[in-house]
Amino acid sequence: MGNFDQLYQALTKVDGFIYPNELELRWSVLITLYPYITGLVAGAFILASLNRVFNVKALKPTYEISLLAAFAFLCVATMPLISHLGQPQRFYEIMMTPHLTSAMAIFGFVYLWYLMAVLLLEIWFDYRVDFVIWSREKKGLLKLVYKILTLGVMDTSPKSVRTDNKLGYIITVIGIPSAFLLHGYVGFIFGSVKANPWWSSVLMPIIFLFSAMVSGIALVLFLYMIITYIRKQKLDMLCLDTIGKLLFYILILDFTLESLDQIHRIYEAGESFDIISLLMSKLFFSLTIMQVLMGTFIPLAILGFFQFHKPKEKIRKAAYFIISILVLVGIFFMRWNVVIGGQLFSKSFLGFTTYKIGLIGREGLIMSIVWIIVPFIILTFLLWFLPPWKKAHIEDK
Amino acid sequence: MKTEKDKNNSRREFLIASTAITGGIVLSTFLNPFKSIAEAKSADSTKDTIKLNDKNVSLAKDAEKWWGFGFDIEKCIGCGTCAKACKEENNVPKEPFFFRTWIEQYTEKNDGTLKVQSPNGGIDGQTQAVPSEDIFKSYFVPKTCNHCSKSPCVQVCPVGATFVSPDGVVLVDEKYCIGCGYCVQACPYGCRYIHPEKEIADKCTLCYHRINKGLQPTCVEVCPTGARTHGNLRDKKSDLVKFLKEHNCHVLKPHLNTGSKLFYNGLSEEVR
Repeated sequence: MGNFDQLYQALTKVDGFIYPNELELRWSVLITLYPYITGLVAGAFILASLNRVFNVKALKPTYEISLLAAFAFLCVATMPLISHLGQPQRFYEIMMTPHLTSAMAIFGFVYLWYLMAVLLLEIWFDYRVDFVIWSREKKGLLKLVYKILTLGVMDTSPKSVRTDNKLGYIITVIGIPSAFLLHGYVGFIFGSVKANPWWSSVLMPIIFLFSAMVSGIALVLFLYMIITYIRKQKLDMLCLDTIGKLLFYILILDFTLESLDQIHRIYEAGESFDIISLLMSKLFFSLTIMQVLMGTFIPLAILGFFQFHKPKEKIRKAAYFIISILVLVGIFFMRWNVVIGGQLFSKSFLGFTTYKIGLIGREGLIMSIVWIIVPFIILTFLLWFLPPWKKAHIEDK
Repeated sequence: MKTEKDKNNSRREFLIASTAITGGIVLSTFLNPFKSIAEAKSADSTKDTIKLNDKNVSLAKDAEKWWGFGFDIEKCIGCGTCAKACKEENNVPKEPFFFRTWIEQYTEKNDGTLKVQSPNGGIDGQTQAVPSEDIFKSYFVPKTCNHCSKSPCVQVCPVGATFVSPDGVVLVDEKYCIGCGYCVQACPYGCRYIHPEKEIADKCTLCYHRINKGLQPTCVEVCPTGARTHGNLRDKKSDLVKFLKEHNCHVLKPHLNTGSKLFYNGLSEEVR
């Protein structure tokens, strides 16, 4: 009976009536991490693309960081999902024998397309010349690795760099809708569940997309400040202010969309209205405090203030750093409120189950923290292996 | 030494080759799911036998039969025999949070409030805690998989492990299910759970192993009041068609358009 202790405990905490099978909350914190991490990927990539396609020069210092961060997080994105499966050893069946009406099955292809066709190619075109140069400079194993990564294209002439740039540009242009697709699709996985009124919304994909952009921008802001600090370099204030401005606008859009979704629900007051208004009060900490107040209102107020008045650099730096953390935490709780919140109430609309995150085990707190830390380790490796600050600048004449 | 032109050529060749390889892989990957169409089989009908309750069970070959359920709320006394027998027959975990079928007790009170309960799925029978003078109406609602023909759980399964059999029963192939739980989320009726030992989705099979042999599902067989009917909706003489003819029947959550084949007589609008 030991295994069921937690469920027996949950049974005593049921509020109202739930279908008996609903006691166990099926999608735990790991499934919260899955849209969170995927969102960071899409958001970071979109920021990188802005720099490239729309030629926002102020964002240049963050270009490679964004790309590498997107890649590091993309490597891990499906891991929480796979490790959450009852039969993780069968995960490849999603790719091998996909069921075409399933949103989850198609996600596999969207993910692979994004990883292989977009992100890896873009990074390759961006670094190809450097691979050639590093393969000449380095010794031993590293030399070999860089040489393999050139894929035999050893040309370093300005003309070849121009071709790289052109192809990289095309990839980026394809990449932007792909990034939209990647995260919009994650939203669709939830938004298309008609059984669940908390999820079922046409706005879900677009809300996920904008919150992804918000979190990705915040991640790059955070990483840029940390990396610059570790490298003992000077922060580019124009870059910080530009990211701040962008974050401000996207955050407004994101908040507007989410508010619209809720206002629509409340005004329409359909059959699920009573249970959803109760749910909102149950989510007071994660929704009202963490997502709305800490993750949205405070960053919006500070960033909004900066648009009219720019205090001293030192204050702005500190503010940007705090805002990046607040937004990252806020978006995590947004995912939490969607995933966990959507399972707390019964589909009979007559009651609630409970969820308590365990410390250990496959779906425990420690495991979740591991999945959050791993991308940072991958990123550290990537920054060592592909240092953006050591890239050659072959001018295109 | 290579000339500038050679270098360009090698780049061009590389790009052409890599594009061709990538394109080929992507194309074959995307075409693979359509293989079944080319072979004139649907993804579902490719299965002949599947694993149900740890046993290999053959599927019906044609759609001659179209199984459904009819539950009579006016007849149900909430004894719980059906739910208990189901657990025995199908090795459903005994814990009070895994059920293939269960019984809910609805009590509409005079003050307009509603009390619903289903302690241990109603297996041990249920008592009425509301004083009789406060009760406006009280009744039992037996629940199980609705064996929907437009089943949301089947729609979302990423690998097609769950499917509607040719004779209209929603089943899960145990050796194929990856245990992602998406179907559990998609079922509007709370009929699915992840089996704690097998770690795969589990649900009512309409006792497929029994109805295949011409027997009744266990829950129908054991019901002392005949509140449960089971039958072939395509056979005009079946018990179920007769039940539907004689009673004014409704399905649960009709607005969700799931094509439910579990029909209730005496269903109050409060029941969800």
